[in-house]
Amino acid sequence: MDNSTQGPLVARGMGRTMAHLWMILGVIIVAFPVYYVFIASTHSVQTILRPPLPLLPGSDAYENYRGAFSGEINRIGGVSLWRLLGNTTLIAVGIAVGKIVISMASAYAIVFFKFPFRMACFWLIFITLMLPVEVRIQPTYKVMVDLGLIDTYAGLILPLIASATATLLFRQFFMTIPDELLEAARVDGAGPWRFFKDILWPLSLTNVAAIFVIQFIYGWTQYLWPLLVTNSNEMNTIVIALKKMVSFADADTPWNLVMVTSVLAILPPILVVVLMQRWFVKGLVETEK
Amino acid sequence: MAHIQLNDLRKSYAGQEVIHGITMDISNGEFVVIVGPSGCGKSTLLRMVAGLEGISAGTISIGDRVVNDLEPRERDIAMVFQNYALYPHMSVRENMAYGLKIAKMPVAEIDARVAKAATMLELEPYLDRKPRALSGGQRQRVAMGRALVREPAAFLLDEPLSNLDAKLRVQMRLQIKELHQRTGQTTLYVTHDQVEAMTLADRLIVMNKGVADQIATPHEVYMTPASEFVAGFIGSPAMNIFTVRAEAGVAVLPGGQRLPLPGLPASGEVRLGLRPEDMELVEGDTPSIPVVLKSVEWLGADAFGYGVIEGSDVLMTLRLPGNTLAKRGDRLHVAAAQGRIHLFSPETGKRL
Ligand SMILES: Nc1ncnc2c1ncn2[C@@H]1O[C@H](COP(=O)(O)OP(=O)(O)OP(=O)(O)O)[C@@H](O)[C@H]1O
Ligand SMILES: [Mg+2]
Repeated sequence: MDNSTQGPLVARGMGRTMAHLWMILGVIIVAFPVYYVFIASTHSVQTILRPPLPLLPGSDAYENYRGAFSGEINRIGGVSLWRLLGNTTLIAVGIAVGKIVISMASAYAIVFFKFPFRMACFWLIFITLMLPVEVRIQPTYKVMVDLGLIDTYAGLILPLIASATATLLFRQFFMTIPDELLEAARVDGAGPWRFFKDILWPLSLTNVAAIFVIQFIYGWTQYLWPLLVTNSNEMNTIVIALKKMVSFADADTPWNLVMVTSVLAILPPILVVVLMQRWFVKGLVETEK
Repeated sequence: MAHIQLNDLRKSYAGQEVIHGITMDISNGEFVVIVGPSGCGKSTLLRMVAGLEGISAGTISIGDRVVNDLEPRERDIAMVFQNYALYPHMSVRENMAYGLKIAKMPVAEIDARVAKAATMLELEPYLDRKPRALSGGQRQRVAMGRALVREPAAFLLDEPLSNLDAKLRVQMRLQIKELHQRTGQTTLYVTHDQVEAMTLADRLIVMNKGVADQIATPHEVYMTPASEFVAGFIGSPAMNIFTVRAEAGVAVLPGGQRLPLPGLPASGEVRLGLRPEDMELVEGDTPSIPVVLKSVEWLGADAFGYGVIEGSDVLMTLRLPGNTLAKRGDRLHVAAAQGRIHLFSPETGKRL
């Protein structure tokens, strides 16, 4: 695409050069640690522990990754890498989908239905924004224990899926839908469910994609809650496992495997972002409806 | 197709009544235009018929059913909205077919109806486009098509042409008229444009602040406006209306001139209405109204003179022939054409 048609601001001459330098600098700052992790995952423990770490990939990549997948992680953490990736994916997808379902449903009710205490409901949801997971962690934990949900996927997912942020985003979006569209659908014979399914949902897709990406990453990187609510290694997420792997004395830590695990922990969120990037950006910037 | 009956229909918002009891029978196939200034309750009335707005009192029946408590979809109506309200993610075809699909009509029949409407509205080339890839006029036709394919008992349109430019508006107006003649649908049409109202309507409802001041054919509304409001609203340029004092069959004009007028009450004040196009220039020695011109607008075929009645500051608009030589400062004598005098009560505004 031609740069000059992209935005209202077109940088020229020095300005353009500066802008590019600035962006390249930003990319380096953000990407370098990630690159370093990848480099480290291709060297042996000995190389990693003997500074300085080389800046180019080493020759142990195959060895490290094969090892990680075929039981080395299992030997250290008591759970296979596959299981960890599976757990984390399930939780991240569960949280993202759950959040979307719950927040769309509540936003739909608040925007399109007149019922008593509608605004009260809205404000109730709104003030939970001020109560992050950490604040309500003790009562939530108690509830999970009472319900016998410790060490279950339900226990990992359910407490995290209520989302005031997503509800607000959907509410804002639903409010941009012209009343007449709803009225046209009513005249055409669409009930509340059909209106949602045939009209609101297709129009929301880009928003859904954006929220999915954000919440998937939120779910993928959860640390505190999974740490509390799981005891068995079998239920660990990849982030927890990573933490457990480095809690040995430095010399004993299998740094090469830690780096492999780190790369594998970073990869799925990147994949999700890249795959959904076009929709994601559209959902964030789209104004025309 | 069906007749529609409105019976003492009222609407209040939070205790404030905005529609004050409208009663009307619309016969099958009739084209009724609801016209009036902004905020007079036109849309509210239409939306009550559509079922999009609750009814505070009175009844609406469509066909032989009282529909007060029915959902829009159960009323067998179709509606065209001012901003078209097309489903942005559906193609033109899907937009038109949506209502039929919900009604679980067989696909073959849906296709046939969409094809028929598309032909009628010259939309065939655009059937697979999304609304965003259409011009305003095309979108408007899609909105019409979406209503047409339903073959409803009644057709409701709320200012369907107000988002189009002047030329397209004339075109679409003719097209709507032709469509109505072809389909014979009972139609309720809201507009604030009196040209649309006069040209399309079999009958007009002229609304004034939630009251139907007059329900009649365009001809009657123009010839015998039922109230001063209707007289001032219909007709362009607007009717000249001013107060005169009646004295034994003679009207005393604001400038003190005396003009014999038929139909005057014995005494008291009365509002006199004279359309610019209903006045003719006369010699000064016949009974007439002397007007001092302030300006003349020449339009080609004819001209409009704006002035005041001599000796007063009551404004008068006159329609002058295109070849007029009248200019600012001239004094013209005009008299109302035979039978083209309108008298209204100063208290109630009703026609006398
Ligand atoms: N939801 C509402 N709550 C309170 N008052 C309302 C509501 N909707 C309309 N009104 C009032 O009812 C009156 C009639 O409104 P309506 O929309 O029918 O006017 P209209 O004749 O269609 O005007 P326009 O030509 O500008 O569209 C207005 O005075 C308006 O303020
Ligand atoms: Mg309106």
